[in-house]
Amino acid sequence: MSGTFLGMPGGFPANAAVAVQDSQLRYNLRKATHTIRGKRVKAVEELPDWMELRAAGKAIKDHTLRHLDRYLLQMEEAVTRAGGTVHWARDAAEANRIVTDLVKATGEREVVKVKSMATQEIGLNEHLAAEGITAYETDLAELIVQLGEDFPSHFLVPAIHRNRSEIREIFLGKMAEWGRPAPPDLTDDPPALADAARLHLRERFLASKVAVSGGNFMIAETGTLVVLESEGNGRMCLTLPETLISVVGIEKLLPTWRDLEVFLQLLPRSSTAERMNPYTSTWTGSAEGQDFHLVLLDNGRTGVLADEVGRQALRCIRCSACLNVCPVYERTGGHAYGSVYPGPIGAILTPLLRGFDTELDASLPYASSLCGACFDACPVAIDIPEVLVDLRAKVPHGRVERAGMKVAGWVLNNEVRLAKAQRLATRFRKLVPKRLPGPLSAWTDTRDLPDIPEESFRDWWERTRRSERSGRPRNEGGRGVSEER
Amino acid sequence: MRVALFITCVNDTLFPGTGKAVVSLLRRLGCDVDFPAAQTCCGQMHVNTGYRDEGVRLARHFTEVFAGYDAIVAPSGSCAAMVREQYPKLVQPGSRGAAAVAEVAPKVYDLSEFLLDVLKIDDVGAYFPHRVTYHPTCHSLRSLHLGERPTRLLRNVRGLELIPLGGADECCGFGGTFAVKNPAVSAAMCADKVRNVLDTGAEVLCAADNSCLMHIGGTMKRQRTGVRIMHLAEILAATEER
Repeated sequence: MSGTFLGMPGGFPANAAVAVQDSQLRYNLRKATHTIRGKRVKAVEELPDWMELRAAGKAIKDHTLRHLDRYLLQMEEAVTRAGGTVHWARDAAEANRIVTDLVKATGEREVVKVKSMATQEIGLNEHLAAEGITAYETDLAELIVQLGEDFPSHFLVPAIHRNRSEIREIFLGKMAEWGRPAPPDLTDDPPALADAARLHLRERFLASKVAVSGGNFMIAETGTLVVLESEGNGRMCLTLPETLISVVGIEKLLPTWRDLEVFLQLLPRSSTAERMNPYTSTWTGSAEGQDFHLVLLDNGRTGVLADEVGRQALRCIRCSACLNVCPVYERTGGHAYGSVYPGPIGAILTPLLRGFDTELDASLPYASSLCGACFDACPVAIDIPEVLVDLRAKVPHGRVERAGMKVAGWVLNNEVRLAKAQRLATRFRKLVPKRLPGPLSAWTDTRDLPDIPEESFRDWWERTRRSERSGRPRNEGGRGVSEER
Repeated sequence: MRVALFITCVNDTLFPGTGKAVVSLLRRLGCDVDFPAAQTCCGQMHVNTGYRDEGVRLARHFTEVFAGYDAIVAPSGSCAAMVREQYPKLVQPGSRGAAAVAEVAPKVYDLSEFLLDVLKIDDVGAYFPHRVTYHPTCHSLRSLHLGERPTRLLRNVRGLELIPLGGADECCGFGGTFAVKNPAVSAAMCADKVRNVLDTGAEVLCAADNSCLMHIGGTMKRQRTGVRIMHLAEILAATEER
């Protein structure tokens, strides 16, 4: 993955601490995520067989991943038979080099792009720029991000962190550098902003000879690629240019068209909460004289496949339902995750794909309260909390924390030691400060501590048992305890 | 029926009143409750923070201590979920540990499950004349799927006015060590939870998990909101006689 936006030292917690103070960001995210949340629930409830569809989606993906070697070869053969060329890319560097060489071979210096997570993952635009080739994003939100020299913060709505007056400023200030300028009297009225983008992009579509896309699905039996989109920019890019280069992760395969039926129901409802997305484009090989190249991208995926718990992350269809329901994402936005994959799925996918080498990546498995909302919303039933917990067991832990957890484990693993620790706490209960020192100050910065009781439950039980055994009347038996906390 | 109380380490140490309330309530309903004194902690904190080995040791201790009971009742949705949902993932299939987990884990119930599903009681004869709002807590909701059970019990409490909580299914931001590892996000989540609680106008915030209540309650106390926290067991244990 491109190490482009790693944030500040301190990893996710530090990035998040800044993000939660941004009132505009909080407002935008709250509004957007809550709106889409409600809509998604409605769209899903419409289908009585949603849970069966979800189970089918999971089963199809698991089957495909289990036999990925076979289906990849079938895909390669089918694409080749249909006149396309297949390239295999082990990592980001290989994929970038392949695409660059293909573009250079056309003699062109610019490409139009269909919104694609895979090409963001490998940092293709930056690489092409270094080679003197300009990549033009054509999805409206990606255009906003590109013009604003910014980073996407959501799969589906990459400019979710921007509001319309910011977008107006960006269009007025930057559009001219990239092509047709925005009209000088541009307002922040959404239709006016969309019109400006439409005119700006239309010229680009008509002029460009090379397009780069990703793919939502690949169908192995016929070698067909599938892109789902809302704006029609994808359709333009996929059909108009003379050369089309698609960079697709190897996990995007489906064996047959029948399987696609399941995902055409799961994806739009989970993603945009629509019954059907406006544009679904499919193409097979070099249709109508277009030169077609498919770059199959590994970039860590084979390693993820070897991870027995983590491999379920490869089922992901990038719908962003988990982002929209995540209470953490809602407060931090996508940039805090320092990856093109933010939110709950990013918190597992990023470290799975690129390891724990940076402080940020090592902190991502902890960027969750394990509330489980993501798992419930996931249309392919990725148990994100399960993977998070598994990654937490693999990530290196800090020295102080390790020592503390060891001591806690030692005390908790024996009832005599636990009782002694409780009595110690009880004896010094009046001395516990209002603000705790060290890492525990993170608790008392915003919360009061609970009062330590005069007696632990186990000591109460033991004491009242004893008095029962000695024949005295039963203790209050817990009545009236509500006043004691 | 041999019923064991699994108090949980947090309740044992910090909220003994909840344990006493469970004992009082279950005795009132005719159950003889045992407290296996060797019990300690289910290991959730260790497992969920990435210390699986320590967690597995605690899980082993748990299955030894609670073997042989017909029902194990826990006043914590999160700890009950740990045993029932996560223990099976911690053991090697076919091992002795797996057999021990398969024996013990299905007998672990959250209090409201035990009352409704095992004892088949939805009116425990409680009296609590206060305005109460209920936070369902994530693991009760999404791991144990408690659904309407706790609110069914609360609706049958005499004198109690149950006020619906806005955004009830959203996490309060506790998340165990998440609260100290990501304090800024945790506090931001709790700020929204507290706002929703205050919007109800309730005097009491009730939940089936004292860990979440400790977090929300600690924030509400710091802000001097005057709203108090109470575990579900404590409300259900309250009667007109006292």
